[in-house]
Amino acid sequence: MEHISYLFAAFLAVWIVIFFYLFSLSRRHRDLAREVEALRQMMEQKNPSRST
Amino acid sequence: MKRFAPFADNVLPWLTLTTMIAALAMVFLYVPNERVQGLVQRIFYFHLPSAWNTFLGFFIVAGAGASYLWQGNRFFDLLAQAAAEIGMVFCTIVLITGSIWARPIWGVWWTWDPRLTMVVVLWTIYAAYLLLRHLGGDTEQIARYAAVLGIIGVLDIPLLHIAVRLWRGIHPKVDKMAPEMLWTLLMCTVAFLCLFTWMLWLRLRSLSLREEITTLRRQAVATA
Repeated sequence: MEHISYLFAAFLAVWIVIFFYLFSLSRRHRDLAREVEALRQMMEQKNPSRST
Repeated sequence: MKRFAPFADNVLPWLTLTTMIAALAMVFLYVPNERVQGLVQRIFYFHLPSAWNTFLGFFIVAGAGASYLWQGNRFFDLLAQAAAEIGMVFCTIVLITGSIWARPIWGVWWTWDPRLTMVVVLWTIYAAYLLLRHLGGDTEQIARYAAVLGIIGVLDIPLLHIAVRLWRGIHPKVDKMAPEMLWTLLMCTVAFLCLFTWMLWLRLRSLSLREEITTLRRQAVATA
C-alpha cells in the first residue's frame, strides 16, 4: 500500500479537472440558452408577424 | 451536426459513464501491481489516454484550422475552438498526473526532461491560442490568426517524439505489457475517447448557441 496517497491525489485531480470543466461548460451553456430565449422573445415582440 | 445530435445527447453520456465505471473497476480491481513501481503505476492508465486525447484534440485544431483557411466554413472554426479547449483540459490532466507520479518514482515533482518540457511548450502554445480567441474577439481576422497558430502548434507533437530519441530523457517508454495491463489500458482509452467526444459535442453545442446569438442580434439591429 506504498504511495497510496499519490494514487488517490492523482485520481482526485483528474476528476476535479473534468468536473470543473463540465460544470463551467454547463453554466456557459445555460447562460447562452437564456440569452437566445430573451433575444427570440424580443424579436417576437418587435415583429409579431414573423413569429412561428 | 444535427444528425449526430440524438446519439450525442442520448447515448454518449451513458456510454461515457459505463465505460468510465468499467475502466475504474479494471484499474482498481483487475489489473495487478507493477513489479517495480507498485501501486502508483496505476496513474499511468489515466495519464496515457489523457495524453492521447491531448494529441487528438490538437490535431483536430490543426485539421479544422486548415479546413477553415481553405474553405472559410465557419463550422471548422467552431470545431477548432472546441477541440483546443478540450485538448487543454486533457493536457492539464497529463501535466498534473505526471507530476504526482514523478514525486514517488523520481523523487521530484518536476524535472526538465525533453518530453516533459515539450508538453509544457504544447500547453503554452494552446493556452496562447485560447487567449487569442478570448481576448481578440470573434472576428474573421482573429479566426485566421488562430488557425495558423493552431497549425504551427501541432508541429510540437512530432517534435515531442523526436526529442525523446534525440536527447534521451528519463521519461519511461512502454515496450511490453502484461495482457491484463493491455486490456486495462484499452478500456481506459475507450472511456477517455467517449469522454473526449462528449465534451467536444457539449462545447460545440454552446459555441453554436453563441453563433445564434450573434445572428439574432444582427437581426434585432436590422429591424430596429
